[in-house]
Amino acid sequence: MSTSAPQITRKARIWNLIDTAGMLLVLAILLVICSVFVPNFFSVINFKSVALAVTTIGIISCTMLLCLASGDFDLSIGSVVAFAMVICPVVMAKTGSITAGIGAALFLGAIVGFVNGFVVAQLGINALITTLATMQIVRGLAYITTGGGTVGILKEDFYMLGTGAFFGIPIPVWIMILCFIIFGFLLGRTTFGRNTLAIGGNSEAARLAGIPVVRTKIIIFTLQGLISAFAGIILASRMASGQPSAGLGLELQVISACVLGGVSLTGGIGSIWFVIAGVLIMGVVQNAMSLLNLPAFYQYVVWGSILLAAVLLDRLKQKQLGRK
Amino acid sequence: MSSSVVDHSGLSYCGVSKSFPGVQALKDVSFSAKPGRVHALLGENGAGKSTLLKILAGVYTPTTGHLEIDGQAVTFSSTAASLASGVAIIHQELHLVPEMSVAENLFLGHTPQKGGMVSWADLHARARQIMERLSEHIDPKTKVGRLSIGQRQMVEIGKALSRNAKIIAFDEPTSSLSDREVERLFTVIRDLKATGHVILYVSHRMKEIFDLCDAATVLRDGRHVETYETLDGITQDVLIQKMVGRDLADIYNWRPRQIGDVRLDVAGVQGPGLTQPASFNVRAGEIVGFFGLVGAGRSELMQLLFGGVPRTTGRVILDDAEIPASSPAAAIRRGLVFCPEDRKKEGIFPILSVQENLNISARRSHALGGFIVRDGWERSNAAEFVKKLGVRTPSLAQAIGNLSGGNQQKVILARWLSEEIRAIILDEPTRGIDVGAKSEIYNIIYTLAEAGIAVIVVSSELPEVLGLSDRIIVMSSGRVVESVPRKSATQELLLHLALPTGGQSAA
Repeated sequence: MSTSAPQITRKARIWNLIDTAGMLLVLAILLVICSVFVPNFFSVINFKSVALAVTTIGIISCTMLLCLASGDFDLSIGSVVAFAMVICPVVMAKTGSITAGIGAALFLGAIVGFVNGFVVAQLGINALITTLATMQIVRGLAYITTGGGTVGILKEDFYMLGTGAFFGIPIPVWIMILCFIIFGFLLGRTTFGRNTLAIGGNSEAARLAGIPVVRTKIIIFTLQGLISAFAGIILASRMASGQPSAGLGLELQVISACVLGGVSLTGGIGSIWFVIAGVLIMGVVQNAMSLLNLPAFYQYVVWGSILLAAVLLDRLKQKQLGRK
Repeated sequence: MSSSVVDHSGLSYCGVSKSFPGVQALKDVSFSAKPGRVHALLGENGAGKSTLLKILAGVYTPTTGHLEIDGQAVTFSSTAASLASGVAIIHQELHLVPEMSVAENLFLGHTPQKGGMVSWADLHARARQIMERLSEHIDPKTKVGRLSIGQRQMVEIGKALSRNAKIIAFDEPTSSLSDREVERLFTVIRDLKATGHVILYVSHRMKEIFDLCDAATVLRDGRHVETYETLDGITQDVLIQKMVGRDLADIYNWRPRQIGDVRLDVAGVQGPGLTQPASFNVRAGEIVGFFGLVGAGRSELMQLLFGGVPRTTGRVILDDAEIPASSPAAAIRRGLVFCPEDRKKEGIFPILSVQENLNISARRSHALGGFIVRDGWERSNAAEFVKKLGVRTPSLAQAIGNLSGGNQQKVILARWLSEEIRAIILDEPTRGIDVGAKSEIYNIIYTLAEAGIAVIVVSSELPEVLGLSDRIIVMSSGRVVESVPRKSATQELLLHLALPTGGQSAA
């Protein structure tokens, strides 16, 4: 500590590498193993289907990253996805306008997020309870909107969003990549992102350092609602319908993907690379298990084990950082 | 070390080393502490004292080497193992559960029970015994959250007594105690010594070392420098020189300065923790020390000035602009900044890097459009200040939580040095910081004042207040008592003013 010319030990270097690229390395190794051992894995068509399968989780993970980095989390996203998925076709059917349908869904998603943020940040209520409550309220609203059933979508143009392709890559995948870029930039390269990490690292110190803690948190939750609604709209377009039961358990999958990639559940640690790695690892494992015809019951065990391994690694990293 | 008859009793460190990623915290440290004696551990922050204690506590296991208790080699792999061997550590930061009662805290982890049920009568009787032994008149049923810091310290010591610990280590126990509480603590420690306990004592206050300790071990940069079996004939200068490895003339090094017009004007500020509205001012380039006993309301007043806690009445004016009553962010925008007393809880972001901690507040002014962070600028800004202030860190990417207190404080000061500020409040800027780093912190404070900034320094250490300030404002029992110019300030006068007039305890 007080040595004037300190050396960085090899162990510290290895930890730095694990911190920055650890899960990307795991992803690379996983890709190699699956290519060799899983039949039909290594093909352009399969890679496309992996990418398409993770779009919903991938898009929402971007804002969950901000949420986790600031030391909170949001359980209401699955419900917001379903709500947007049914609001969009209902409004479209009423007004005849695609723009109005999308606009209404995005607006309501942002409102849910804002309410979450306001209650958590301004009123100081625990995020677990707050978003658990809104999760149920919004799920209820989704069922009420359709009366419990599925709503069909008759606008052909709207299907483009979910099923179209650009340079041979599905549009939802492009949108996911765009989200990775935008939110990666937001977290890593802007004052907003640094403030987010600081709040997650020590919110009292952040407040006393003049960081607008409440405002930042409200913005994060609002973005979370907005992006979840957006993911719901894309899902509606892909499914050509709105299902009020969609996205059940999605919040846990999204949080798992983030944590798997190395985003800390206790806040302060996060990067878009972690999210990309976590999301793709989930997609690849899911895909490999399907290709290997592993029964669904076993898949639960695999998921749980992977998640446990990820949080154990997180714990080890925390220890290295001197935060016990 | 060893003569023909080897005395194995007590606690020995045998060739203990400990390394962390990027840092070698201890290198081959060996010494023994005997029962019935108070053994001081001396060294600057980062010298390895805390690591030695954490190894004793079972928080860390040594990379090489081991401990011996009464001649038996032991290695604690957990804190439970350390406790079971009769070790108790009284930490600088107290480890109490504020929501639980004194009695429950005293017996936390070994609550008296009958058939799996807590036997409350037994618990309270034994707790009362312990508090009586410490001459503390606290009802064991009181919630710890309601106690003063000094009383909590006694509860912490009571925890050691409740476990019949035979080795008790004190880590900076007096840093937040009033003089009266320190005296009481020393009585308790002497009592423990008389009953044959091994006592390790870590403090930066040299006077305490000579008042209390029988033996001393000096550490520097994680290495054992010297162990004195007796302190007779050893002077403070010798010990300090061993600690820093160099001579320290006057650590304050105060010089007269150009003092300008009033910059910070405080009028009738009132709020939680104050008994009377406070009014005073600070001039450009002036260092005003705030002195008072624990509980005098100094930290509370500072939070009210800064808006960390909303004021109920009164105005704070900085260069003709009013500081809003309840917004730290607005205070900072207007150029008033605050370095909190509790660095770990309110100052640093422990898991973020040195670079991020240093730049966190500067971002607004130096980012493109106030939004996009310029990484290169931040790196060179951090590198510049790390060099200028002599921050000892393996790299800019090091998590700040791994640095010593003095280096953390330098990074926090650098955070404000790279901003355009007009006034700064430093609450206990050198708490828990060693002599060498203190002197460096003082120099940074002078640099701030020389740039025309109005500086407030809150301190519980009389020599520091006297050595550093141009003017001293004394507080007592939640009110401003008097403002004393440097030339007429003496220890006696300040203490006299600081003592509560009503004859009640300051705690």
